[in-house]
Amino acid sequence: MTAVTVRPLPSIARVCRTRAGVELKEFFRQRESVVFTLFFPVILLLVFGAVLDYDLGSGVSFTQYFMAGVIAAGILGASLQNMAIGIATERSDGTLKGLAGTPMPKSAYFVGKVVQVFVVTVAIVAILLAIGAVFYDIDLPSGPGWLTFAWVAALGSAACTLLGIAISSLARNGRSASATVTPVALVLQFISGVFFQFSEVPTWLQTVAAVFPLKWMAQGLRSVFLPDALAAQEPAGSWELGRVALVLAAWCVIGLLLCVRTFRWQDRVDR
Amino acid sequence: MELDPDAAISVRGLVKRYGDRNAVDGLDLDIRRGEIFALLGPNGAGKTTTVEVLEGYRQRDGGDVRVLGVDPADGGRSWKADLGIVLQSGAGDSQLTCLELLRAQAAYYPDPRDPAEVLELVGLTEKAGSRGRTLSGGQRRRLDVALGIVGRPRLLFLDEPTTGFDPEARRQFWSLIRSLRDLGTTMLLTTHYLDEAEELADRVGVITRGRLVEVAVPSALGGRGQAPAVVSWSEDGARRTAETATPTAFVAALAARFPGEVPDLAVARPTLEDVYLRMIGDPA
Repeated sequence: MTAVTVRPLPSIARVCRTRAGVELKEFFRQRESVVFTLFFPVILLLVFGAVLDYDLGSGVSFTQYFMAGVIAAGILGASLQNMAIGIATERSDGTLKGLAGTPMPKSAYFVGKVVQVFVVTVAIVAILLAIGAVFYDIDLPSGPGWLTFAWVAALGSAACTLLGIAISSLARNGRSASATVTPVALVLQFISGVFFQFSEVPTWLQTVAAVFPLKWMAQGLRSVFLPDALAAQEPAGSWELGRVALVLAAWCVIGLLLCVRTFRWQDRVDR
Repeated sequence: MELDPDAAISVRGLVKRYGDRNAVDGLDLDIRRGEIFALLGPNGAGKTTTVEVLEGYRQRDGGDVRVLGVDPADGGRSWKADLGIVLQSGAGDSQLTCLELLRAQAAYYPDPRDPAEVLELVGLTEKAGSRGRTLSGGQRRRLDVALGIVGRPRLLFLDEPTTGFDPEARRQFWSLIRSLRDLGTTMLLTTHYLDEAEELADRVGVITRGRLVEVAVPSALGGRGQAPAVVSWSEDGARRTAETATPTAFVAALAARFPGEVPDLAVARPTLEDVYLRMIGDPA
């Protein structure tokens, strides 16, 4: 045999860049994911903004309230729903198994997913804010409000991404993931103060919603979009930003533990 | 028996259990560097399980395994960089074009082949800009093979690579495999097509019930090389057949009995399929 010159493996950073490019193309070229994840919140904003344009008191319109909720729902879609369905599909169609047989560092796969979630989330937030500002005269956050906006969105997105990856391992395939996650997300949106004021949700459903991250994301974002006078309408009488951070961080930890314990690169061996 | 340190793949006493059933039950196997080895066996005999242990996808329950000198259970990135894997299930649906998929795959390897050249090699150059789901079944399979070889593997696993091919596509695929062999790639092929094994393989191994029951060159499997020939012809309105170890002499004698051509004369040796079916029907 001739002597083989051993070339170094490509750096993890380079493979991460490749994976990020792959993930962005996979998302933005697929009509279903773009419509479902990106345009659905936009349509919600347009429809609800046009139909439910009433005054909440203190001169605040419902659209201003809905802005926080629809952004939270948009983040949920871009992270939890997107990851759960996308990864379940890649697992059942053999994409993950194929990747696991290459020298791709496994971390690069997750970096690619995180980049995808980040870009899609930024796109959704930007589109929703632009539509809100142009069509519904939404008051955009000011100075420190942006800071709160950024950490709530980042922490919520991280928690939901990890949870989505964990949930993908429970589903049999992409279609069953979609059939499970989509209705659950919709119910959560109804009881977490996205479509209605959270104070109008029955108390026991408020308790249920308070277990999950969406309620806390929406609440954190309301603190940015609504005047402090409306904090009185929250269950605790305040925005509870400390608790928002705590619950979302706890979901990050739970999600990460679930991912580490349940993630599989191939379908269950069925024999 | 010791593991063979020079072999591309060396397996001793491999055991894989599913529940209380041994899917692989004490399998021994050596595959030399540079050869094409075809693994044959009925569904459920343990072919895919064996191959997936070698590829590092499944953990074994017993025995010793070396693939390119490394235990697959400890195989890291640099070990995987020397492997190419074409799975039975193939690659998933992608929104990427063939060329984009190959470029991404190439980026995982230290010394990849040029993606455009690989597309040329598998005959998909004109599909470089097409997305995977617009390809026909045979074209998709060739894309799977392209993804398997773009990393310049020293060892290539091919799990039923030509299922769903039309005859012409299979011929093209075979010449692709031969050109890879000429480049020095070792290949482990599993297939249901006996003619494919005969056409491509340097040696074939037959698995039944989780064990390798015979390894031989295709022309000698199951004592095929020494098997008597069957001569058949028509005489007095009936079909006659005779088994003979000396078919040339037999046919010469037969020819002397007829004024012209011997009616419907045929001389046959048992095909690889004949001996294979006999072997799996009666596992020794």
